[in-house]
Amino acid sequence: MIIKQVSVFLENKSGRLNEVTKILADAEINLSAFTIADTSDFGILRMIVSDPDKACAVLKENEFSVKTTDVVLAKTPNKPGSLSKLLDILQKEEVFIEYMYAFSMKDEGAVTVIRPTRVERCVEMLQKHKTELLRADELYQL
Amino acid sequence: MIWNEKIECASRDEMAAVQSERLKQTVQRIYHNIPSYRAKMQEIGMLPGDVRSVEDLKSLPFTNKTDLRDNYPFGMFTVPMSEIVRVHASSGTTGKPTVVGYTRNDLSMWAEVVTRSLCMSGVTRNDIVQVAYGYGLFTGGLGLHYGTENLGATVIPISGGNTQKQIQLMQDFGSSVIACTPSYALFLAEVMQEMGIDPEELKLRVGIFGAEPWSESMRKEIEAKLKLKAIDIYGLSEVIGPGVSCECEHQVGMHVNEDHFIPEILDTETLEPVAPGEVGELVFSTITKEGIPILRYRTRDLTRLIYDKCECGRTLVRMEKCKGRSDDMLIIRGVNVFPSQIESVLLEMSETEPHYLLIVEREGTLDVLKLMVEVQEQFFSDEVRELEKLKKKITHNIQSTLGISVDVKLVEPKTIERTAGKAKRVIDNRKI
Repeated sequence: MIIKQVSVFLENKSGRLNEVTKILADAEINLSAFTIADTSDFGILRMIVSDPDKACAVLKENEFSVKTTDVVLAKTPNKPGSLSKLLDILQKEEVFIEYMYAFSMKDEGAVTVIRPTRVERCVEMLQKHKTELLRADELYQL
Repeated sequence: MIWNEKIECASRDEMAAVQSERLKQTVQRIYHNIPSYRAKMQEIGMLPGDVRSVEDLKSLPFTNKTDLRDNYPFGMFTVPMSEIVRVHASSGTTGKPTVVGYTRNDLSMWAEVVTRSLCMSGVTRNDIVQVAYGYGLFTGGLGLHYGTENLGATVIPISGGNTQKQIQLMQDFGSSVIACTPSYALFLAEVMQEMGIDPEELKLRVGIFGAEPWSESMRKEIEAKLKLKAIDIYGLSEVIGPGVSCECEHQVGMHVNEDHFIPEILDTETLEPVAPGEVGELVFSTITKEGIPILRYRTRDLTRLIYDKCECGRTLVRMEKCKGRSDDMLIIRGVNVFPSQIESVLLEMSETEPHYLLIVEREGTLDVLKLMVEVQEQFFSDEVRELEKLKKKITHNIQSTLGISVDVKLVEPKTIERTAGKAKRVIDNRKI
């Protein structure tokens, strides 16, 4: 239930993101979701990919600073109020969030990527409240 | 006015005789009091008696900045601490500062050479001298201070910074001389302009500028903006502090007070003396100092010596403005910065070798130090907050170790060019 997210350090200059996506493409790695946290001079690219270990390896070969971070993927229906409900659970159970991002698909619902301060507790609490969590293999089939 | 005409206008033979006698005494003093230098002499089979005149100076071993560090803090002093009345310190090549000690006689000698320097610059006892060099461990402030008092001029010991107040006192007290770094002089001019103050209305007529490299074009700029005569003064704490040499009003090289400090110019490769008038590394031997006499100290400054008699009447040898360094030391706003110091700060923060690049720019009138640090695995966190924290920590640690502010930029690994195994650590974009 814990998914490995791949994070890459990027300088804020043109072409850097494309560099990463090209490397992943050449390694036939699929990107399911990504987000960029940016500041004035650098950014952090965070990605959910089909093969995190391989992604790390090829990016390191190309001299990028890479690391994996444990995240939780919660699946909710694609309709109003779902995210609010999810956040209610987390708040009530005192699961604190470092950051999160989401993507939704028309029929298959919405997926929220959560980076909690305590990953195990987050999984435990969401399961307690019957929230559907994606396993790695399910995710990669999306 | 020439403060000490007898020695400042002595013939070459008279000077050589004075230097020979004093050098012999200094070699004796050092040989018998500093084990590390004695060992260096023994290694090449030299005894103090082998030094008979100033001609023998070239066979003596060198002293490096590292010798001072290895003997930190007081290991190079040749008198008991009861004789030392003051210490000063400058930044060393790594963590620890370079410490120097002065006896009462050393302080009188220092005041004498600074007084000579002030006279060379055309300063008289009727002047009001505003000393805007930092007072403290740095030799600039106190060095100029006691030389001014010794001359009999009036000293305003305002120290560095506090720019508006500096200008206010110039107006209110009628300061006729300003002593500071050349870049601060330009900054003063800029602030005056902002405050709507016309330098013509001030009484400034002479500026004594040193502690950092500056060019002839910078001199012209300062002279035009502050309406004064800009004089270059040279010194380093390992030798004494400011007053090792100074320009006279003709501004054609700095007269070295060579009855106290003997200069040599050496080929940077062979370390043999160059032909007269050629450029090389400047090496100093102190021949009257008691606290921490030093033989053949490698300054790493590149310059040349001029032995012709000067129009001012002085025969003291002149050294040209320094043309650069034979090592990687940077002088930023009067502070000595070695890339190795930055490296040790970064090393303390991580386990592995950091990759970094220092970029020095002159923005307007002030030098700005930028530091690019590669975000290697050991530094990388996927939280912005952590990376911002890292940036702040690097800035803070450098500020507290080196006393200089730095603009840190985090960059991707391998951004910084590697040349033949050794990374390039410094880019100096200042036009000096």
